[in-house]
Amino acid sequence: MEIKAYTLASLKRGQKGIIESVDTSDPQVQRLMVLGLVEGAEIEHVSSAIGGDPMEFRLFGCGISLRQEHARFFKVSPVVAGG
Amino acid sequence: MAKPSEIRIFASKIAIRSDVESSIAVVGNPNSGKSTLFNRLTGLKQRIGNYPGVTVERHVGTMSFDGKKTELVDLPGTHSLSAHSLEEQIAVDVILGRMAGSSSPDGILAVLDATNLYQGLFLLQQLVDLNKPMVVALTMTDAATQSGIAIDVDALSEVLGGVRICSVVATTGAGLENLRSAISELPKSAPPNAIDVWPALRSAAGKLRSTSKSNLSLVECERLLVDGVTERNQSFASELSEEAKGRLLEMRHELFVDEPGIAIEARVRYDWVRENLLKLQCSTPPFYSWRASVTAFLNQPVAGTVGLFLVMAIVFQAVFAWATPIMEFIDGSTAVLSARVGNLLGDGAFSSLIADGVIAGVGSVIIFLPQILILFLLIILLEDSGYLARAAYLMDRTMRSVGLSGQSIIPMISSFACAVPGIMATRVIPNRRDRIATIIAAPFMTCSARLPVYALLIAAFVPADQIGFMNLQGLVLFGLYMFGIVMGVLTALLMRKTALRGPKPSFVLMLPEFRRPNLQTLMFQLLGRVKVFLYRAGTVIFTVAVIVWALAYYPRSETIVPEAQKQRTIAAYSLSGVQLASEYERIEHAASAAQLEQSWLGRAGKTVEPLFRPLGWDWRVSAAVIAGFPAREVVIAVLGTVYAVGDEADEKTLSGRLQASTWPDGAPVFTLPMVIGLLIFYACCLQCAATLAVIRRETNSWRWPVFAWVYMTGIGYGGALLAFQIGSA
Repeated sequence: MEIKAYTLASLKRGQKGIIESVDTSDPQVQRLMVLGLVEGAEIEHVSSAIGGDPMEFRLFGCGISLRQEHARFFKVSPVVAGG
Repeated sequence: MAKPSEIRIFASKIAIRSDVESSIAVVGNPNSGKSTLFNRLTGLKQRIGNYPGVTVERHVGTMSFDGKKTELVDLPGTHSLSAHSLEEQIAVDVILGRMAGSSSPDGILAVLDATNLYQGLFLLQQLVDLNKPMVVALTMTDAATQSGIAIDVDALSEVLGGVRICSVVATTGAGLENLRSAISELPKSAPPNAIDVWPALRSAAGKLRSTSKSNLSLVECERLLVDGVTERNQSFASELSEEAKGRLLEMRHELFVDEPGIAIEARVRYDWVRENLLKLQCSTPPFYSWRASVTAFLNQPVAGTVGLFLVMAIVFQAVFAWATPIMEFIDGSTAVLSARVGNLLGDGAFSSLIADGVIAGVGSVIIFLPQILILFLLIILLEDSGYLARAAYLMDRTMRSVGLSGQSIIPMISSFACAVPGIMATRVIPNRRDRIATIIAAPFMTCSARLPVYALLIAAFVPADQIGFMNLQGLVLFGLYMFGIVMGVLTALLMRKTALRGPKPSFVLMLPEFRRPNLQTLMFQLLGRVKVFLYRAGTVIFTVAVIVWALAYYPRSETIVPEAQKQRTIAAYSLSGVQLASEYERIEHAASAAQLEQSWLGRAGKTVEPLFRPLGWDWRVSAAVIAGFPAREVVIAVLGTVYAVGDEADEKTLSGRLQASTWPDGAPVFTLPMVIGLLIFYACCLQCAATLAVIRRETNSWRWPVFAWVYMTGIGYGGALLAFQIGSA
């Protein structure tokens, strides 16, 4: 599987990724970690509001929405469909 | 900043009941089906605080099983024992026994959503660490099966230290008896075994506890190590001595080096969760689900946004269209009742008190019950189905441009029903500045008490012309709603640019799956609100109606009655038949008008008239507006009383009387500019004691209610002045 320097914000609609690393400096990011966005978790970009922001993700069956500015703190490796 | 004193307000609501043997805290993630389960378990035996807001108020109920009574406390949903918002702080303080006035719970009923084990198990690890008797209610198992998740309950119990797990389906009641029995045995049960997810934290907490020489529990020491001392954990962090605080800093550095403890905890605990999820959850093929189709449709950005506006349009349309027949019925009944009672009791002060004061006053408010019911019902439906969260998500970008976040949408939408639950719903907003800006903006939303004032003035003064597919009256009403929204949004923007300047609000929100709202929960919430409304009508509005009646009735003039008698005698000499009857009626009205004018209310109105003269209001309107300051809907009752007597009483309806009312020189009082000004005044002015009280309570200071009152009244006055002066020029 090819790994690129992707963040959550660069996942396309319907695309899944695994969180590789998190920049924990921002308090909002820490909150997102408490909600389960931690290294190793598989996450899918489900939809966006008009203009692409905020974004909605699906994480182990629960929906969670956050803004692009926070999504950039999470580096992900995209999961290639079927791979 | 949230001070510990902010929390004490809630403590008064937790009465400790003597016939109850034990108290159990109901804990779970938001949207885990906690409140539905709580309602199922306690039924009607629950006590709710003053205003049951959108799942934020404190609910205490009693459950009976086998002759034993157990008290259940339904706590606000929380994701972690590290509180992030005021709501979570309340939940955590009750769980830890740090809520002033309430003892530590005897056990925990943990609610675990089978469709969201991932986040649920994070919280459950922390709850097991409490070392208290615990039972887990596994909810939403039907929804989990539908979406293709099968859960091994025995394995789940095992990973959670052997805790008892009861599967329940709250909608059908399956598994409830089993759960009741588990809860009633809970105080005597042993706590679950420690699961030691994070041994390093446990041992550090033990060390901190022994060095600090305080009453802190092991779990509280764990929280302090993870979070440090924050504004949200003052209830127990204050136990630390200065020396222990220094030690805490060192220990945190040893444990976490440079990273925040909360981030490390998330990693450690979610690693454990992921590892165990594989053991206890397996996938089965999902069923077709209507939720998935609805969600998929609403997930398209444009369709979702259009859908949101459609939904809101339908809500407001329903409020007006469905309520009208019932309102007309109540209106008719009140008039008939008032007339009958008046005839039955004859003349005199008592008869006037009952007919003109009580029945007319309270009746004119009860009439809005149908509208309020429908509005509340629809808003609860939107909330419970999970749609309001989606509205917040869709509107975040728009709200950001005025310095708020999507989370402010939910309080604002609730405020269309009533600002009180709306303001209480701001508790989920984590940042205090965002929260206060929302609190100040929320009362601008057109609440159900403004509706009667608008309805009366529009019906009387706006022609029912058809413009395109819209009715002009409807259009004006719609315009007033929009005006309220614009004023609220501008206010928020102004606040964020001045007194509440600060970092951009953030936005993180869980988006629950759509679900069919539970009928019982719905009925409970609705009943709670009806009770509150009727209580208000029965107390505040009743009192105001009686006071206003007394002010309008007393003092009785000694000269007016003999004078009228004299006129009658004179008329009887010169007139007869129909003419005489109509002359008698004229004399009667003139006497009433003279009496009213020299009554306390008349004098008060005349005293303040110069202040409101520039707005085009005469002393009667001024008196009614003054009387309406405690509760704006009272203005209708007062106008009803004031205009029930005097020159205009020939007209049958209140709106007819308003149209006929004139200045002493014969010019009409209610001109178009004056009416527009009056509408603007009511759209802005904060005439609601309950809202002021809730702002005081929620901001824990008199500064904000006083500011809101002065600001809103000032804008209302200025707007009315502009409208009248420009319009009359």
